[in-house]
Amino acid sequence: MSAVWPHLPVLQVLIPLFGALLAGLLRRPTPAYVLATAVSWVAPLIAGALLWQVVQTGPISYHIGGWAPPWGIEYRIDVLNALVLVLVTAVGAVIMPFARLSVAFEVGEGREAWFYCMYLLCLTGLLGITVTGDAFNAFVFLEISSLSSYVLIALGHDRRALLSSFQYLIMGTIGATFYVIGIGLLYLVTGTLNMADLAARLGPAWAEHSRAIVAALAFVTVGISLKLGLFPLHVWLPNAYAYAPSWVTAFLAGTATKVAIYLLVRFYFSIFGIAIDLRLLPIADVIIVLSLAAMLIASLVAVFEANLKRLLAYSSVAQIGYITLGIGLANQAALTGALVHVVNHALMKAALFLAAGAIFYRAHTTELKELAGIGRRMPLTIAAFTIAGLGLVGTPGTSGFISKWYLMVGALGAGQWIPAFVIVASSLIALIYVGRVLEIVWMREPSAQMAAVGDPPLSMLLPLVVLSLATIYLGIDTEWTAGIASMASTILLGGLR
Amino acid sequence: MTASLVVPPAVLLIGGGLVLPLLQGWLRRVAILVLPLATLYLIWQVPDGIVLAVPFLDYTLALVKGDALSRLFATIFAVMALAGGLFALNQKRTVELSAAFCYAGGAIGVVFAGDLLTVFIFWEMMAIASTLVIWSAGPSARAAGLRYAVIHLLGGVLLMAGITGEIANTGSLAFGKMALDTVPRWLILAGFLVNAAAPPFSSWLPDAYVESSWSGMVFLSAFTTKTAVYVLLRGFPGAELLVYLGLFMVFYGIVYAILENDMRRILAYSIVNQVGFMVTGIGIGTEMALNGAAAHAFAHIIYKALLLMSAGSVLYMTGKRKCTDLGGLFRTMPLTTVCGIIGALSISAFPLTSGFISKSMISEAAGLAHLEVVWYLLAAASAGVFLHAGVKFPWFVFFQKDSGLRPPDPPWNMRAAMLFFAALCLGLGIAPGPLYAILPFAVHFEPYTAPHVVFQLQLLLFSGLAFFLMLGWLQRTLTITLDIDWLYRRLGVVLVRRLDRWVQTLRSGLAAAATHGARGGASWLHRHHGSDGILARTWPTGLMALWTTLILAAYLVLSYW
Repeated sequence: MSAVWPHLPVLQVLIPLFGALLAGLLRRPTPAYVLATAVSWVAPLIAGALLWQVVQTGPISYHIGGWAPPWGIEYRIDVLNALVLVLVTAVGAVIMPFARLSVAFEVGEGREAWFYCMYLLCLTGLLGITVTGDAFNAFVFLEISSLSSYVLIALGHDRRALLSSFQYLIMGTIGATFYVIGIGLLYLVTGTLNMADLAARLGPAWAEHSRAIVAALAFVTVGISLKLGLFPLHVWLPNAYAYAPSWVTAFLAGTATKVAIYLLVRFYFSIFGIAIDLRLLPIADVIIVLSLAAMLIASLVAVFEANLKRLLAYSSVAQIGYITLGIGLANQAALTGALVHVVNHALMKAALFLAAGAIFYRAHTTELKELAGIGRRMPLTIAAFTIAGLGLVGTPGTSGFISKWYLMVGALGAGQWIPAFVIVASSLIALIYVGRVLEIVWMREPSAQMAAVGDPPLSMLLPLVVLSLATIYLGIDTEWTAGIASMASTILLGGLR
Repeated sequence: MTASLVVPPAVLLIGGGLVLPLLQGWLRRVAILVLPLATLYLIWQVPDGIVLAVPFLDYTLALVKGDALSRLFATIFAVMALAGGLFALNQKRTVELSAAFCYAGGAIGVVFAGDLLTVFIFWEMMAIASTLVIWSAGPSARAAGLRYAVIHLLGGVLLMAGITGEIANTGSLAFGKMALDTVPRWLILAGFLVNAAAPPFSSWLPDAYVESSWSGMVFLSAFTTKTAVYVLLRGFPGAELLVYLGLFMVFYGIVYAILENDMRRILAYSIVNQVGFMVTGIGIGTEMALNGAAAHAFAHIIYKALLLMSAGSVLYMTGKRKCTDLGGLFRTMPLTTVCGIIGALSISAFPLTSGFISKSMISEAAGLAHLEVVWYLLAAASAGVFLHAGVKFPWFVFFQKDSGLRPPDPPWNMRAAMLFFAALCLGLGIAPGPLYAILPFAVHFEPYTAPHVVFQLQLLLFSGLAFFLMLGWLQRTLTITLDIDWLYRRLGVVLVRRLDRWVQTLRSGLAAAATHGARGGASWLHRHHGSDGILARTWPTGLMALWTTLILAAYLVLSYW
């Protein structure tokens, strides 16, 4: 065990990577599923160990192949990315039992092994982005996760999944290109790709190359904003989420956008923020304005949406607005709120999309008008949906309240009344769209064709219930989420120039 | 009495409410009666000061903080839960009683809350639980329940915004007396007032409450408005605005109750009216006025519940709720009639009933504070209360014409609940000492002085006389519908009618404008955000790419500026 311990950072990425290869070779659904589950369940153990280690002893630096940075690739783990690692791996592990039946139903014979192969590759990519301390290495992992997620989305049962996946591919590639252009500019200016090294060298280079650095910041920000679905660069997201297999949507909603947010935070606070005074640049203002627009507009679109999965997807765009708002406000409370919401939103959105998946598994539709009264047929599923939905609104006693609380305090602390108002207004709109769904599923009379529908099997129900209970638990005990997020934001803000 | 052993009373009742659906048969009946009693015991174990504090985020929440005012309100809430539970034993919908217990638990949580955030949490719990109480009446209550929920969640948002602002301003969660000098505090006041059914949000109460079941409304009448009275007492005693709002509510309730034909709607309007008395007392803000408001809340919960139990019994036995369909029930429902009359006398503040010993305190406080106009208005309103609730309700339901209905008195448990509260009404009226002893301030007030009693009797006598003098005209129109608008004419209050018509025109004009605006706004929203709108439809890939470029350009241009 002690021999493995120092290599945990690289094992976090290697195990899913080799798992993916193996799953591709296995070719048969059941062994591939068992393998994917095993990998998914080992990953959070590693992530948890890393988080524990980081909290106890401070940041870990791991040199790949023994090559010292800045020449070799460095994996660097601090509280922030340890938290994201735990989140991503935990979401993967919890929702894994749901996959077996749902994927068999939606993806179909013969493609299941490839599906798990792609899932593990995607997990590899996401964990890689999170763990690495090298800007170009992050790009490589970004591409691994993106390419595999295009495939995962295209496996949806609806033919529109192909178009959605294609659009996502184009947009994702533009985003990745922008990112790599930004990295390229930084490399030209500083001659390094290591993140810590970049932070150290950008400051001295600022006097001479300020234009190039500003351009690099703009390219990186826009590139990552595309990946995380910041309004108005979000248009790929609703379709991709709506037409992907249900389980994939739950996985991506809980992990992919969150990792992109992590990358933005990393560049913003640990690289550019250390080197130059970001208050001189309008980046934060633009992010705040776009976030506010996302919170209002995407929520309003969700109010009118006719399909449950699209409704939830637009709600994701709005909720991502909360997170980027906290990043833009950049004070202790707001940034803590943003990071807490990364975790809380990931868990509740995963629960909501799983519920949508369970509904599709039983009722074969997610069109709202056909779901009248389904709460009486699938009481446990819809009860879990209700809890997570209340979390989305920010009801006290749920985790959503905690994040919004911090954001609200952060906005008011910064003397920003408009964001504070928009947080409240957007919560009200969320209440409308969640309330609309709840009214349809609980209060209306069930239609005749839903007569035989019932709650899904335990393997699907359990992840759903666990995630929705987490929504309540994290609304009461905030030591892990808010505590660690607050620790992370203290470190991030402490380094700012 | 060890402080460390305290179980929060609210938690017991809420937990019990949640467990209740799992129990059946006699176990359930026992639980329904034991839970409120155990809660009552716990309430009296809460000593003064903060008893239970938990850390939450960067703050400490004082989940349970005791003092005389908290215990007073918590006591009556627990007693109400007990009597309501007894009354509702044969309610077939199990959800209702569970929700009602959670609702009562939420109310107890609010009155023991030592900080604003705890208030808010229990406040929202009450909103949800009370909505469930309304909804459990069945499909007919669905729309009204939804409207109710929306209003209360709106109130919750106002409150939340105010609380966060207050914390940002002062850095403290503490819930004490607040001067109305900042925006957040106005927001908090507005949030409280929504629940107190203050204008312009008075209409949610009669709109939603009457749609609840025969037992549901008994619970609803007690908790929401009285918790609002409690938080106003705690947070804004002596705020002058409350005097005017309170007086408005007093007369709003009277006018609409006189116009009304549905027996439970009459009583719903009279809740607004009675809460108006309390809000006025809080606005006056002297120790006696605050004592009066608190005592009146205590007494009002009992007699209003009693009135609604008797109305609920009638509804339960006959299924009818319109005054015009009822009448002559005294022959076969003697006990319900007597209890209804006791409740009616109490609400009219008849001497020797609980209403007299509490309401006279508020009037007396207004007099002592030299608020002559307020005193006269309150006196006039007392006459109005007697008219609409004291005489009109029992007369039209139990006497008047013979409707031909011959229902017997309701089952034993409902009779027992009514007798219990009727006894409390009379007991408190005859011996107010125990109630006065638990009021927040020392009482220097003697209700049974000759001038008080004579004045009140004269007032009641003449308004009663007025009612029966006009009964002759009343009965002619009654066979078709209860059209009382001639009452204004005969009484020479033409002004009221004019004003009413003028307000109606203005209101319909405003409503039309608002509807037009809302419709226009909604269609604008739908045009842009609806599934075919520019913001919701799937853009061509090229357009997405264009936007990416535009955002990049925006960053660069703004940065190089």
